[in-house]
Amino acid sequence: MNFNPKHILGIKDLSAAEIHFILDSAASFKEINSRQIKKVPTLRGKTIVNLFFEASTRTRTSFEIAGKRLSADTINISASSSSVVKGETLEDTAKNIEAMHPDIIVMRHSASGACDYLAQRLKCSVINAGDGTHEHPSQALLDVFTIRQHKEKIEGLTVTIAGDVTHSRVVRSNIYCLTKLGAKVRVAGPRTMLPPGLEKLGCEVYTDLREAIRDVDCIMMLRIQRERQGKTLIPSLREYARFYGLNPENIKLAKPDVIVLHPGPMNRGVEISSQVADGPHNVILDQVENGVAVRMALLYLVSGGEPLQQN
Amino acid sequence: MRILVINGHLIDPKNNIDGQSDLLIDQGRVAAVGTGLHADDAEIIDAAGLLVTPGLIDIHVHLRDPGLEYKEDIISGTRAAAAGGVTSLACMPNTKPVIDNAPIVEYIINKARRHGSANVYPVASISQAMKGDVLSEMGELKAAGCVAFSDDGIPVVNGELMRRAFEYADTFGAPIISHAEDLSLVGEGCMNEGEVATELGLKGIPWVAEDAATARDIMLAEFTNSRLHVAHVSTKGSVELVRQAKARGVKVTCEVTPHHFTLTDEAVRGYNTNAKMNPPLRRQADVDAVRVGLADGTIDAIATDHAPHHYDEKNVEFAVALNGIVGLETLLPLTMNLVRDGIISRQQAIALMTCQPAAIIGIDRGSLAVGAVADLTLIDPELEWTLVAKELKSKSKNTPFDGWTMRGAAIRTLLAGRTVYQR
Repeated sequence: MNFNPKHILGIKDLSAAEIHFILDSAASFKEINSRQIKKVPTLRGKTIVNLFFEASTRTRTSFEIAGKRLSADTINISASSSSVVKGETLEDTAKNIEAMHPDIIVMRHSASGACDYLAQRLKCSVINAGDGTHEHPSQALLDVFTIRQHKEKIEGLTVTIAGDVTHSRVVRSNIYCLTKLGAKVRVAGPRTMLPPGLEKLGCEVYTDLREAIRDVDCIMMLRIQRERQGKTLIPSLREYARFYGLNPENIKLAKPDVIVLHPGPMNRGVEISSQVADGPHNVILDQVENGVAVRMALLYLVSGGEPLQQN
Repeated sequence: MRILVINGHLIDPKNNIDGQSDLLIDQGRVAAVGTGLHADDAEIIDAAGLLVTPGLIDIHVHLRDPGLEYKEDIISGTRAAAAGGVTSLACMPNTKPVIDNAPIVEYIINKARRHGSANVYPVASISQAMKGDVLSEMGELKAAGCVAFSDDGIPVVNGELMRRAFEYADTFGAPIISHAEDLSLVGEGCMNEGEVATELGLKGIPWVAEDAATARDIMLAEFTNSRLHVAHVSTKGSVELVRQAKARGVKVTCEVTPHHFTLTDEAVRGYNTNAKMNPPLRRQADVDAVRVGLADGTIDAIATDHAPHHYDEKNVEFAVALNGIVGLETLLPLTMNLVRDGIISRQQAIALMTCQPAAIIGIDRGSLAVGAVADLTLIDPELEWTLVAKELKSKSKNTPFDGWTMRGAAIRTLLAGRTVYQR
């Protein structure tokens, strides 16, 4: 098959075959990243704008490196996320950038649906680098790529995602991605962090982390945002760590060869203890490494149709 | 000047009339009702195949005048009303400045009289500037012509102030209209809490935010033995609370909007900002419950919550888009859908849009008895037409029904015998 989507807005609308196609494409790009000369001319002459309305180090850097290794010209724009404060609407900001003829806009925005909004109004390709608490497709793809690297296949695996599910775009994209590829997904967290209707997305819901990780193949811990502490969702990080932190004790409930993922940045000692974060089960830096390859694949595929370069 | 409306099917629920009848208007008032009327020199309006009803009454409208005329004003808003068959409306006080003093009430009434196409009855604010601190000068406001008090859109948080508002408004014979919403439960929510919100990653507004506030206001109305009208009920729970309160004799009435008995939160998919309103579109169970409430009489009125907003205020990210949709021009067909769906009778539908809302705000309208002001609407209940948002008479075009096939329309609208709209 060939797959050249105009935009990558989310995982929800992708088929299993399309996801596999992206992962396979990423696999062929991964090799470039370990070469002496880490650059191929694939996207020479293309312009990629990384339009980030929210602070991001990892994702933005990953997309930037991905674009540069494909020889595209990448430009980073950090903008205020509040159009009201800035006095310019999102549409106007985007149209001004479009007038300079970029080929791809990679956008991160605090409003759910902002990338859909942009894609409906612009002629260039849009890649969602995280919109509000909706989707973060490149993150889910790199997570699944990493799981596939360690477990060889996704089908038949059981994966637990634990933490603040309500406020996580990573969860939604991962539930779609993993279930489409045949994995069973469990989500876990205190009830204050579990939105209604999660089951409808195709996962099982747990409030007891120990139950949730029993005999699973993969555990993905979500970052707890420190500013949520002491508000209405959780009383303290201390208590959160006690009941929902992954540590050397409770990880024994999972399969012996369990792998541990984290989208970063980690709060050591909160959702994940340092022993686990640095321990033998962690694949966290593999995720970061694979992120570049996956984003190279996405940039390549939305750029449309030219045959994949062989080594 | 006399006008004779012939061959029509007269529905006047107030006077229990539902049948073929002619109607004679003389000097803006109903002069005679009956079959086979004759009047030399009268202008004849042939209403064959049409329903002839009292002019429709919408007790929840945002006219945006004064201060927000870029969205709507009294002229454009009442023109939209006339096109929708509405001859009387109550306008909400969240204008700039707020309707919290007599001169503004007088300004609105006078402008509507001089330049408007419908009767306009201002609702004044409960608290000064709608700040929730100090009661508005309700006595003077009532004397100036306002019909009720509400801090619509910004519910009164302070229970003590709300208690006193009930007592003080009752002193002057006016009801309190409650926009029932516990703001602490709403938080930053921007659509109904549920599986659609979960999927879209939008912050949810739980139904209990409405139920809890409705319960408080019912208890306060009961405690103070005062009149409460609950605006735009949208949840199963609040309908049930009103039903129970009525059963034990609390002086409570309520209204529902056409969008809350027509759409669910599924309409938000695609981040459609024209499906963003407050209260939000709810679940199917809630839609079913308000329909039952309409059928069994728990709900007293259908009101649109006509909330015009400029294109720029909707053409933004969903979370920052303003709440509300225009509704005056879709009230009638959406309500007639309830008749076609077998939820309510045709007579009930007309009552929900005429005499019942009139009784809530205490106005002398919604009746075609001899001597009554001749506000009337000629309705083709089955006329099919396509709603094109940009053709709406309202200044604003924010409707989720753009492109929908509608059934039912006002063919002609008369205000005190004067034709203010003709299709």
